[in-house]
Amino acid sequence: MRDVAIVSFASAPNRRTDLRNEVEILMPVVQEAVARSGIARPFDFTCSGSSDFLQGTPFAFVIALDAAGAWPPIAESHVEMDGAWALYEAWVKIQAGQAETALVYAFGKSSPGDLPEVLATQLDPYLVAPLWPDSVSLAALQARAWLEKTGNSERDLAAIAVRSRRDAKANPNATLSGDFEIAKLLAEPYVAAPLRAHDCSPSCDGAVAVVLAAGDRARGVCKRPAWIRGIDHRIEPHALGMRDLTVSSSTRIAGEKAGVGNGAVDLAELHAPFTHQEAILREALGLGAGVAVNPSGGALTANPMMAAGLARIGEAASRIWDGSARRAIAHATSGPCLQQNLVCVLEGE
Amino acid sequence: MSEIVSEEGGILTAPHVLEYPYRRSVGPVLGRFFTELRAGRIVGLRTQQGRVLAPPQEYDPETGAATGSDFVEIGPGGVVTTWSWVVRPRAKQPLDRPFAWALVKLDGADTAMLHAVDAGDLSRMRTGMRVRPRWRAERVGHIHDIECFEPEPQATADNGLGGERQRAGELAMAEEAQKPVTNIKTPMRLEYRYSAGIATSRFLHGIAQGKILGQRCPSCSKVYVPPRGSCPRCAVATEEEVELSDKGTITTYAIVRVPSESIDVPLPFASVHVLLDGADLPMFSVVQECPLDQIRMGMRVQAVWVPREQLGPTLQSIRYFKPIDEPDVPAEKLQETV
Amino acid sequence: MARLCAVAGIGQTQYSARRDDVSIAGLLREAATRALEDAGMDWPDIEAVVVGKAPDMFEGVMMPELYLADALGCSGKPMLRVHTAGSVGGSTAIVAASLVQAGIHERVLTVSFEKQSESNAMWALTVKTPLQASVVAGAGGYFAPLVRAYMNRSGAPDDTGIRVALKDRRNALKNPYAHLRDPNMSFDTIASSPMLWDPIRLHEACPSSDGACALVLTSERSVRKTKYAPAWIHATSMRSEPTQFAGQEKVNPQSGRDCAKDVYKKAGISDPRKQIDMAEIYVPFSWFEPMWMENLGFAPVGEGWKMTYEGATALDGDMPVNCSGGVLSSNPIGASGMIRFAEAAMQVRGQAGEHQVDGARIALGHAYGGGSQFFSMWIVGSAKP
Repeated sequence: MRDVAIVSFASAPNRRTDLRNEVEILMPVVQEAVARSGIARPFDFTCSGSSDFLQGTPFAFVIALDAAGAWPPIAESHVEMDGAWALYEAWVKIQAGQAETALVYAFGKSSPGDLPEVLATQLDPYLVAPLWPDSVSLAALQARAWLEKTGNSERDLAAIAVRSRRDAKANPNATLSGDFEIAKLLAEPYVAAPLRAHDCSPSCDGAVAVVLAAGDRARGVCKRPAWIRGIDHRIEPHALGMRDLTVSSSTRIAGEKAGVGNGAVDLAELHAPFTHQEAILREALGLGAGVAVNPSGGALTANPMMAAGLARIGEAASRIWDGSARRAIAHATSGPCLQQNLVCVLEGE
Repeated sequence: MSEIVSEEGGILTAPHVLEYPYRRSVGPVLGRFFTELRAGRIVGLRTQQGRVLAPPQEYDPETGAATGSDFVEIGPGGVVTTWSWVVRPRAKQPLDRPFAWALVKLDGADTAMLHAVDAGDLSRMRTGMRVRPRWRAERVGHIHDIECFEPEPQATADNGLGGERQRAGELAMAEEAQKPVTNIKTPMRLEYRYSAGIATSRFLHGIAQGKILGQRCPSCSKVYVPPRGSCPRCAVATEEEVELSDKGTITTYAIVRVPSESIDVPLPFASVHVLLDGADLPMFSVVQECPLDQIRMGMRVQAVWVPREQLGPTLQSIRYFKPIDEPDVPAEKLQETV
Repeated sequence: MARLCAVAGIGQTQYSARRDDVSIAGLLREAATRALEDAGMDWPDIEAVVVGKAPDMFEGVMMPELYLADALGCSGKPMLRVHTAGSVGGSTAIVAASLVQAGIHERVLTVSFEKQSESNAMWALTVKTPLQASVVAGAGGYFAPLVRAYMNRSGAPDDTGIRVALKDRRNALKNPYAHLRDPNMSFDTIASSPMLWDPIRLHEACPSSDGACALVLTSERSVRKTKYAPAWIHATSMRSEPTQFAGQEKVNPQSGRDCAKDVYKKAGISDPRKQIDMAEIYVPFSWFEPMWMENLGFAPVGEGWKMTYEGATALDGDMPVNCSGGVLSSNPIGASGMIRFAEAAMQVRGQAGEHQVDGARIALGHAYGGGSQFFSMWIVGSAKP
């Protein structure tokens, strides 16, 4: 495998509602990531992630190209997935020797629609989607199964929310942050029992961008590049009734293939849009109590759809650059109840 | 137009509905499942390994193999393996009062299916409880033929609703039941609040005053209309506003004779690219007040606006373009601006 | 540094206006199973799956690859979903190939599809959005003015488009999978068919189809001995440009020219018309054949129409184009690009049956999408590069 590193990352402010259009949100983010990378355009490869259903207009990614810098014409591709998979595609291009540098970006506006309802259109179109189960209710099914199997309590879930919101105070791009008391959170009503509002990520509009570079190109522009030592992704059966919802087998396999266990882990950025999912992911990746999870606040404090997974990779890389971590794990998820998962292992030199 | 709202910073938003009555062909496996539902029965599918998948899946999730046709009748009762409680049901969901979503493992099945459970109150739900389907009286071969599941009487007090409907469900639907189900209807309607963003909103506020405002790129000086807040060629933001003439030149066109759900103009009509005087790329519009066979490239046209008092922040404020009495622009001058 | 990648299996579905006999999963499965059989493989042999399709509004399923994971035997495997508008079928094949070229996987299945009959293509392609101009009626409404501009610039005879359509529809009679197979299609039928988006007539436009196409791509050492030797990927390329900007060349877009130049360079081709034996290119409206002949460097600018006129692009011409009947005869949008790539590979494998070009050794697969702004191409050969 070639040495490939993440050399820069930028994020939009992840407001609950950002009235700017996608290009207006994305362009400053791309410009910031490019400027921070110290690499001049054109990049050898550009790849993005987004979904048309969020705003209900086809070809969102086509218009977003206005922000990418696509003149003269560029080698470019797009996944209708979280941007973490766009990063994977770019990494593959570099591995194949077809690129030395790559720009990866992702964006999503959730505020125009009712996101939990929009996500119901991801489900089996014959047997499940016609019932319109919202994404929060489905996550709650998973949460109950996990709580009942493990004997953990709603209080344990609230503790994850409290920690995430406290950590997010240091993240200027978090949708919400602050100090909260577990008892007060538990006094709030259920959204979909056993989940309360604090168990669910807030909906927001956002975008992120990341720059990748191979070998000496990365060393030339970055003092301490965040090297991708392993990256892998896996998917599980779609139907919830066919899976054991209390574990994440696809995360476990991806973690093994990416080599999570090959060394001590300092921190992990896990894409867990719901509190219980953080616990499930922790277990799937074999992360011990000493591993700092989601120091950025994670998706529980900012979950720009289609971008939050890529943001995890950017956040983890940031902690390699600043020396606060030597070895970090980043994770992204997609689909109902953690159906598809990507794991990336990052290391400082 | 009244639905358009000017929000913070003058940014315009408007309702957007994504709606289509999707009609799905279901194939033989799901077709059998829906056909049986219509008859008030639930079938699962036994895989080569002997697992009973319910509802049937066309392909075995574990092996990728086609699942074949070893259908077995299961249920109708089953056990809740996990559940969540919906406090505020959404309009499209099966019940209009608080209910549970549950994974239900039907008797005889090895996997669970998702459906709603009408338990009345959260306190009546628990994992492991027994439930049974409440059949819809008029069944068509659809997942909605099961209205929802409900607690089995022995597990909780019977609310009296279940028995009657269940019996109704057992009545075979005479002739209709002879034909296998091959299609289902799954209408979709998603409602959005679409935001035009900064640049388009400014442009539309200009239109509301009868003005066409473009934007000049700070890097290449080209003028964009309608402005999108950026110059894609230079990948920089655009801010400088430029008021443009409402006269322009047709750079190319087509005569549209086929109906489209997205267009309100009566057929046939001339769909044109108009390069406004002072702009560097054409905008899409329509030409009227001109016989269709006289429309040509290079033809000079001018916007026809709605009456002043009807102007609003919408492109409908320009009704169309009409020919004006000016000499054509030679074709070679239009090469770069199709 | 990249490893060789072979096209070891190809599968296509029957294309038609409405595949009422299958679900969405069943449609993909039909193509995928055929590709596996062709490659001498079964589901457990596949290490990763790459799915491609155009806008999700066609079927009304957001990110349908999630639901399709089971049908494509993906449990526990990596799965990617590509969407680059109309070029997606080509880009999807290229992404799948790069997984093999990078040495990450040995055997990759890639499938692209569209089940357009679930909704309506014109609606799904141009969903009306508030606060935006709405005068473009589907793809035909968008491309017709560009066709007119080409006609005007090139001075091509008005019947060029009719000749292209006649050639492709006749070729489709030789392709058992094609959607439109009308043995009575004649010059007059096409010429007298109604104008939909003048200058584009009904029979000069692509149909709306249901269909899927699948490829099994493998490393050199994973190729199995089957009836047909594999096609070898000599080069791939993708290029994109923004939708609309000042000074843009819409009729002969630079992204297409750059993409062709890049793919030829990588494949060691200096004279495409001589060195390439046949091409399957994305022609959804007949006039795009001459336009792309120029864009691809097969003809000088303004002279692409002469190739059609002189019969060069016919099955027995010196540069056969769209021997399968092309997009004009079958158009499940998300799959259409991959069908071009697959048909190019079928030609160099000698498996194209009645529409086989004798002795084809090097072939070009081409796809484009968006507002003529996304291009993907590959060159495949019967011999290793």
